[in-house]
Amino acid sequence: MAKKDIMTINMGPQHPSTHGVLQLVLELDGETVVDAVPHIGFLHRGVEKLAENRSYHRALPLTDRLDYLAPMSNNLGYVLAVEKLLGITDLIPERAKVVRVMMAELTRIKSHLVWLATHALDIGAMTVFLYCFREREAIMDMYEKLSGARMTSNYFRVGGLSQDLPEGFEADVRTFIDAMPGHIETYEGLLTGNKIWQKRTIGVATIDAAAAIDVGLSGPALRASGVDWDLRRDNPYSGYEDYEFKVVTRSGGDTFDRYKVRLDEMRESCKIIRQALDKLKPGPILADAPGVCLPAKKDVVSSIEGLIHHFKLITDGFKPEAGEVYQGIEAPKGELGYYLVSDGSAQPYRMKIRPPSFVNLQALPQMVRGALLADVIAAIGTLDIVLGEIDR
Amino acid sequence: MPEMLSLSNDPLLFVAVMLAKILAVFVVVILIVAYATYAERKIIGHMQTRLGPTMTGPLGLLQPIADGLKLFFKEDIIPAQASKVAFVLAPMMILVPAFITIAVVPFGGDIEVGGYRVPLQIADLNVGILYVLAMAGLGVYGIVLAGWASNNKYSLLGGVRSAAQMISYELAAGLSIIAVFMLAETLSLRGIVAAQSGSVMNWYIFSQPLAFVLFVITSMAEVNRTPFDLPEAETELVSGFCTEYSSMKYALFFMAEYANMVVVSAIASTLFLGGPAGPFPGAVNLLLKVFGFMFFFIWVRATMPRVKYNQLMFMGWKVFLPLALLNIVVTGIVLVL
Repeated sequence: MAKKDIMTINMGPQHPSTHGVLQLVLELDGETVVDAVPHIGFLHRGVEKLAENRSYHRALPLTDRLDYLAPMSNNLGYVLAVEKLLGITDLIPERAKVVRVMMAELTRIKSHLVWLATHALDIGAMTVFLYCFREREAIMDMYEKLSGARMTSNYFRVGGLSQDLPEGFEADVRTFIDAMPGHIETYEGLLTGNKIWQKRTIGVATIDAAAAIDVGLSGPALRASGVDWDLRRDNPYSGYEDYEFKVVTRSGGDTFDRYKVRLDEMRESCKIIRQALDKLKPGPILADAPGVCLPAKKDVVSSIEGLIHHFKLITDGFKPEAGEVYQGIEAPKGELGYYLVSDGSAQPYRMKIRPPSFVNLQALPQMVRGALLADVIAAIGTLDIVLGEIDR
Repeated sequence: MPEMLSLSNDPLLFVAVMLAKILAVFVVVILIVAYATYAERKIIGHMQTRLGPTMTGPLGLLQPIADGLKLFFKEDIIPAQASKVAFVLAPMMILVPAFITIAVVPFGGDIEVGGYRVPLQIADLNVGILYVLAMAGLGVYGIVLAGWASNNKYSLLGGVRSAAQMISYELAAGLSIIAVFMLAETLSLRGIVAAQSGSVMNWYIFSQPLAFVLFVITSMAEVNRTPFDLPEAETELVSGFCTEYSSMKYALFFMAEYANMVVVSAIASTLFLGGPAGPFPGAVNLLLKVFGFMFFFIWVRATMPRVKYNQLMFMGWKVFLPLALLNIVVTGIVLVL
């Protein structure tokens, strides 16, 4: 075909369905996509570099802003990595671990809700969007109760949690997870059996297991291609080995399978949260590691030792021994990894983040080649990318 | 029975009555168009666990007026690279056919004015239904022209989509109506209404259910409503053919969409639901039926995802067209027997 028959079209960075500031340069033959080249970097804030000039606990809020739809998962990965670097992983109290799991799973539901909402909206089903946001709002309210912020929670701390659960929080969570399976049924009722939804998703943007592994897909996108891999089970952290849950896999590797996998994951998350609530016992929320964790507030205001302890940690920070660690967690969108290098000072020498969206986005061009323009929208949605963590 | 009022027996009265009818219909349609936007936002709002407009006036009832004023005062931008004449012409070319189609829709029986009989219909064309199809065909020019004149690739894609979509769906819509005139043995909409008079069971929805379903679906495609809103497809083509339009020109597109909804609802009511027949005075019945259809269109929008371009074409040519042809054949066989 002659080159003149190809139309190049700039999709994004200002386009309603590129989920932020992704730019796709599409080569179209009519409505058929010949090639798609993603351009990224419009949201680059230099998170990794900024972390090098901050003490470890001051780098934590930066991680909120990576995948801003799942801030607590980002926090979790980071604090786990720092704890590993410090060698205090075994000191984390049980209550902190359980709360972390509970919040990480709530975050998974929250992130999947936004994914479902926007994915459905992209395909044209606008009602699901608002239903999902209604449930997400409930999780946001819990975030606010817990940390004071709805999006940038910054709730976990190296060594534990910043504060204990507020009164009535467990009841809120229980009410939410009791209602959530019913809500998921509602979404399925609107979409799963809908002929148009099936036609828009089944066999669209397919990627098989081998290709998925080749590009390094992770998370629900990988499991929908039939690869049974979930870090929560295969490389457990924060006590995930004590929970019973199913790792949801499907074999088709198309948009519909990724949709089903994520919906089922939300159901599994509800089960994990229920187990976490049952495990929740009163107890300390910070590790017994005075060199790392801040003293209790009452000691700071009533004793000079406490005050000095607090002052030293805030001004100097802690200094892990020279070394390097990698900690990967199963974030809602896939494997979120933190690679930290310490040179023995109070700031990380290097923080490298492996964001799932960045790696998953690599699959996009091969998913949409030969497909129609409308499938590109479905493919972007189904990969569940967030530009905040792609560009960092 | 008094004589029918015409230009020959009382020209002055005829012109006056005609103007009154045109004005009345125009005002009613404009009002429906304005408040259809309000109704759509309210209905979809409540279907989606929100309230819709509430701030402008009591229950947000002044919202359409506020929207109109806002759009009117917006800067009217014509892109530097656009073809100016076509760009300005396009919104008019889509709105005008929508409005003039309504001229052939009968909205009641005859009334007596000054000793003459006056039909409650602006124009009783003997080829009424052909006129409707012709006007629907004209509407597509507006969209194609808008898409081409904007000099924007998204708009162009929207225009191309719309040309393909409307042409293929018009065929199926036209063929589904053929079964109706085979029963009524007339092309005049007034004649079709007369043929359905008597009891509710005479309505063609009962004798031609397949044609009715086909007509409703294909007309949804013709007026570019979800799930067939491919030419504008906000999330794919960034509003498609009207991406570059602003101010009143954009408002004209918007009005045309709703006016088209009113038109197809009125045509569907006339062809299949007995037009102005029913328990209330004629025009009220027709309005109720129109509102029923519009509610259905809005409801579908809140429920359905959007189909894909190739699926749309597939359905148009390989499902609806053969079904419509089959319906004609079956109707023909039944009529002959």
